[in-house]
Amino acid sequence: MRRFLRTGHDPARERLKRDLFQFNKTVEHGFPHQPSALGYSPSLRILAIGTRSGAVKLYGAPGVEFMGLHRENNAVMQIHFLPGQCELVTLLDDNSLHLWSLKVKGGVSELQEEESFILRGPPGAAPSATQITEILPHSSRELLYLGTESGSVFVVQLPGFRTLDDRTISSDSVLQWLPEEARHRRVFEMVEALQEHPRDPNQILIGYSRGLVVVWDLQGSRVLYHFLSSQQLENASWQRDGSLIVTCHSDGSHCQWSVCSDSRSPEPLRSSIPYGPFPCKAITKIFWLTTRQGLPFTIFQGGMPRASYGDRHCISVVHNGQQTAFDFTSRVIDFTVLSEADPAAAFDDPYALVVLAEEELVVIDLQTAGWPQVQLPYLASLHCSAITCSHHVSNIPLKLWERVIAAGSRQNLHFSTMEWPIDGGTSLAPPPPQRDLLLTGHEDGTVRFWDASGVCLRLLYKLSTVKVFLTDTDPNENLSAQGEDEWPPLRKVGSFDPYSDDPRLGIQKIFLCKYSGYLAVAGTAGQVLVLELNDEAAEHAVEQAEADLLQDQEGYRWKGHERLAARPGPVCFEAGFQPFVLVQCQPPAVVTSLALHSEWRLVAFGTSHGFGLFDHQQRRQVFVKCTLHPSDQLALEGPLSRVKSLKKSLRQSFRRMRRSRVSGHKRRPGGPMGEAQAQAVSTKAERTGLQNMELAPVQRKIEARSAEDSFTGFVRTLYFADTYLRDSSRHCPSLWAGTNGGTVYAFSLRVPPAERRMDELVRAEQAKEIQLMHRAPVVGILVLDGHSVPLPEPLEVAHDLSKSPDMQGSHQLLVVSEEQFKVFTLPKVSAKLKLKLTALEGSRVRRVGVAHFGSCRAEDYGEHHLAVLTNLGDIQVVSMPLLKPQVRYSCIRREDVSGIASCVFTRYGQGFYLISPSEFERFSLSTKWLVEPRCLVDSTKTKNYNRPSNGNGTGPKRTSGQVRNSRSQSDSEEKKPGPVMEHALLNDESGVLKEIQSTLEGDRGSYSHRRSHRVAVGCSLGNGEAE
Amino acid sequence: MNRGHRHGLSSGCLGTMEVKSKFGAEFRRFSLERSKPGKFEEFYGLLQHVHKIPNVDVLVGYADIHGDLLPINNDDNYHKAVSTASPLLRIFIQKKEEADYSAFGTDTLIRKKNVLSHVLRPDNHRKKPHIVISMPQDFRPVSSIIDVDILPETHRRVRLYKYGTEKPLGFYIRDGSSVRVTPHGLEKVPGIFISRLVPGGLAQSTGLLAVNDEVLEVNGIEVSGKSLDQVTDMMIANSRNLIITVRPANQRNNVVRNSRTSGSSSQSTDNSLLGYPQQVEASFEPEDQDSDEEDIVIEDSGEPRQIPRATPEAQSLESLTQIELSFESGQNGFSPPQDSSLDTELETRAQGQKLLEEDGTIITLAGRNEVLTP
Repeated sequence: MRRFLRTGHDPARERLKRDLFQFNKTVEHGFPHQPSALGYSPSLRILAIGTRSGAVKLYGAPGVEFMGLHRENNAVMQIHFLPGQCELVTLLDDNSLHLWSLKVKGGVSELQEEESFILRGPPGAAPSATQITEILPHSSRELLYLGTESGSVFVVQLPGFRTLDDRTISSDSVLQWLPEEARHRRVFEMVEALQEHPRDPNQILIGYSRGLVVVWDLQGSRVLYHFLSSQQLENASWQRDGSLIVTCHSDGSHCQWSVCSDSRSPEPLRSSIPYGPFPCKAITKIFWLTTRQGLPFTIFQGGMPRASYGDRHCISVVHNGQQTAFDFTSRVIDFTVLSEADPAAAFDDPYALVVLAEEELVVIDLQTAGWPQVQLPYLASLHCSAITCSHHVSNIPLKLWERVIAAGSRQNLHFSTMEWPIDGGTSLAPPPPQRDLLLTGHEDGTVRFWDASGVCLRLLYKLSTVKVFLTDTDPNENLSAQGEDEWPPLRKVGSFDPYSDDPRLGIQKIFLCKYSGYLAVAGTAGQVLVLELNDEAAEHAVEQAEADLLQDQEGYRWKGHERLAARPGPVCFEAGFQPFVLVQCQPPAVVTSLALHSEWRLVAFGTSHGFGLFDHQQRRQVFVKCTLHPSDQLALEGPLSRVKSLKKSLRQSFRRMRRSRVSGHKRRPGGPMGEAQAQAVSTKAERTGLQNMELAPVQRKIEARSAEDSFTGFVRTLYFADTYLRDSSRHCPSLWAGTNGGTVYAFSLRVPPAERRMDELVRAEQAKEIQLMHRAPVVGILVLDGHSVPLPEPLEVAHDLSKSPDMQGSHQLLVVSEEQFKVFTLPKVSAKLKLKLTALEGSRVRRVGVAHFGSCRAEDYGEHHLAVLTNLGDIQVVSMPLLKPQVRYSCIRREDVSGIASCVFTRYGQGFYLISPSEFERFSLSTKWLVEPRCLVDSTKTKNYNRPSNGNGTGPKRTSGQVRNSRSQSDSEEKKPGPVMEHALLNDESGVLKEIQSTLEGDRGSYSHRRSHRVAVGCSLGNGEAE
Repeated sequence: MNRGHRHGLSSGCLGTMEVKSKFGAEFRRFSLERSKPGKFEEFYGLLQHVHKIPNVDVLVGYADIHGDLLPINNDDNYHKAVSTASPLLRIFIQKKEEADYSAFGTDTLIRKKNVLSHVLRPDNHRKKPHIVISMPQDFRPVSSIIDVDILPETHRRVRLYKYGTEKPLGFYIRDGSSVRVTPHGLEKVPGIFISRLVPGGLAQSTGLLAVNDEVLEVNGIEVSGKSLDQVTDMMIANSRNLIITVRPANQRNNVVRNSRTSGSSSQSTDNSLLGYPQQVEASFEPEDQDSDEEDIVIEDSGEPRQIPRATPEAQSLESLTQIELSFESGQNGFSPPQDSSLDTELETRAQGQKLLEEDGTIITLAGRNEVLTP
């Protein structure tokens, strides 16, 4: 306490703190949660996605990202870019319009809301009179046409949102131009379609929901043509030359109407029900696109046979006798087709289909035969199977990076070779200073490797552990395998697949050694896999072992799930990480902690019952230790896991129900109304819930922790260290384990030297056991060397990547529990310092990580500190080894339990946490390591309308962009001086990795040889990144 | 404090101390080496021996410097008795079956004569009601009111001593709102309140906390602005030495400040104690609240030990004393049977860690000030 107070008053330290720490939420990775609207600007080549929580996100070329949030937290219903401008208009579900613009400030563009507007009808008019259903930004760039539920089209002038009452196209004025029979047969209803004539800005098409379509002359204020359909209209659009109108209808049909002055035929030119003859669902949107080759593309959403495929979310593409119904696993929000943007061009020549589904974005290459998917450089669906854990590895050696990418590229052969077609704007962000990997474990037993170096979180490689096990479902079942004559011609697209075959496969812990390429992965059913990176596909058997963590405990029965059955015999593994050892814990409880030491070839794992150490070189168990308290019945029988899974499955099914109910809602007559009602009901429910809460106030029991609390044996953390465990003269390898009950176990290990590694056994002996009196769960263990620097990672020193630890001074042990930080001396384990967190402020440590904070002023200055996330969502930096709190920022809402639980810190003061099941928020505590989008979008830029080329050819040249790029690079260099990049080069230990490889194979290269090699590779990296 | 006190005395008395023991009407006198008094059991055996009552269960009491009759029934209060006796340790022995428990007490007015008259004529004490001390297994405080002189009279700072797990702290807290006087008039602010006391729990047994008392501070940290969960965590983290400042719902039992209360502490609810001359209570000052939290290290030999401070600071002296007392009680030249006794002690500790935790804390007790509420 006194210690704490004293820190605040040292001005030099305060200054230094400002140089070291800074909190920023920099970028959101992944797919926006609950998207509700899609917009695309052909001139800017920028995509916009609106969400139900009122966010607008803009995406262009990789690295070009913007985000805006409406003050009102209402769902975004529509997004329209103003033609040829850096402005867009959003419509929210409260019927308000908002104008956003991309303004250039200090060399980078910023998205900001300019103004908002609510359409007011004449006094006394029904509210539906002004309920906006369609928006048409006119090519004159200053008018917005707003179609409403009443059938009137209002005109608003931009900027300023001034309503031009005299130009309103009311249904009455339309009516007087119609012949008698049309007037009688149709009552006007809401405007369903509003389109400008592609060639003549004075003509607009207005489609009404009852089936009437008119072409209105803006100057003459008269109806030029009208078309009457017998079916409810869903949407309508022009053909490129304006000679044809395409409409789609609620019965699953679409029609073409010829627009020529003399023919006033009431019948459509052509009409078809693509999935007839049985009743079909509505086609809600249609594109009719011409090609140079002559045969048009018809692309439409919906229209599936109601009875058998009514529940599918499909978009059909018809071209040249080919027809495919792309079948999405989640509801389609909206879609658009990327085609020739130049209005003067004769043909549309579509090249890509962009579909925004509820859970993912899918882009389909329409130029390549077979219409393959295009791999996303961003907006990845992180949650294609629910994320169960994550692990971050900083500063990946180039060699490992390349091997992971090579393994990943073999998995991506089915993707199109088309360059990413949405490439507007220029990213000005400096190249990422180092290569970072984010590994996410998923419920379906996969581990995904993401490139987390820059603004775009890109999937590099996907590892599946399923093959090792026998599961109920046949892995050979191929969903996309369909017979030739299947009708409708469905094809599954997208990667979102939330349904796990077997929850036991879920990945719970990941540990990757970046130097050796060893990976340890542990899962829900007590399975621990050790994997090795192999560049070739191989078929081999996985060595199996069982670790009986209950050992001498008698008479207990495990009532939880069974352990997974391993597949016997050799298994064929594709290139990449291939498992070679499988350890299964008995009882098969969730693995709660995992540590891998690639130098000693040891893997340690812990569950709620105990922990074990496995020698993966000799493939034998070294020891197991049961940590159970005799009274800990719960952990032994494992009913908790069962209860939990039941609860979880219930919760999921509810969520599914809710989602499907939401999915059912599309804007329809009365749709918004229905939603408003639903909201009213839910707020009412909330209110009654609140009242109930007030009747029974929340109470908290104050009770000291006792040793008998259940789950005290739960192993929370495992740590390998080479330190002075027994006496101060000799250091030895050691394994440390911390439990939920505040106990720390230390085992001294004897690892035979490399030359006798296979002959002698690894031995372990318990050396110490520390019982923390406050009995709070131990969440972190760390050993500091004589200079109070954390011990380096295994192999780090062996390969010159880190200073070797100081073995002269006395080592210190840092134990982080949920409530306190404590420093002990080694080997005597005397308490030296402590910082009580909970006792002083009531917060508990949820996540802790060691981070190196570099100074933004002095290039070579840096400090190691602890980054801490508490249960209140606060992030603190606590100094080492004096345990002084440095800074504190509030980061996550305290109610956001899953966000807090998902947080992961990097080694350089950044971090990630889930803000929704599908999005990681990236934050930075460091002044030096900051990854955030810096980009420029310019409407005046003369973009040539080149479509993206396929293959390896060069993309559209952006000369003007490059000029700007160089200017702003100097700009950014002021902020982040060159040495950042230099650091990357220095740290580029690619040559070293080769050396590691050779050491692993038993061949030690000479130092000088290694050195020269490294320089060479450093150069090649520089070239590589300059492209 | 224990250390300095003890050493000072022992040097002054040249190592030996006279004991005058009374059983019934018989007196026995013998002497004891002050620096190594040994264990209570040995002393008990000695008393039985000198009075020639080998198989009679007796209660042992002594008269302390204030003339109070206090019990001796474990090593701690035995050591306390030895260390405070000057120049003579007066021992009073009663047969257990005819023991008068109410004779023990902190009634400051009881003179030596009165003590004797109590023992001799047990009915006498009824004339004057006074605090009665029960005969617990261990003699230790469970609660106290502290900082009376620095707190407003409307507030009460209560310290709860939690030992082991035999008795739950036993209370619940809830959110609520309280009214504060501010420059702008009365203002409603959120607050934390005691919502329920568990029957038989520590909180209830102190009588110092009641339902609807507003919690203002926990171990010196204000709770305003903190959530219920935060306050809960703070209390649990401090549960081994919980100091809560409350504004009692019932403001009629407030401690009235007394000019004679020179120190910073006052005892329990009973106002009759307020006039009591203040005894040093250094061992319970907030600074050394850590002392009861020493972690236990079990070395590979399997011997548990408490973790001492690495760098002895002023406040850690005390914890060192603890270690000394609990493990090397015969440090000052106490020699022969030490090894064996130490071994047995460790064995018992290895069996139950709880026992060990308690050992660490009990030693620090200063026998004088402890009050057990009925």
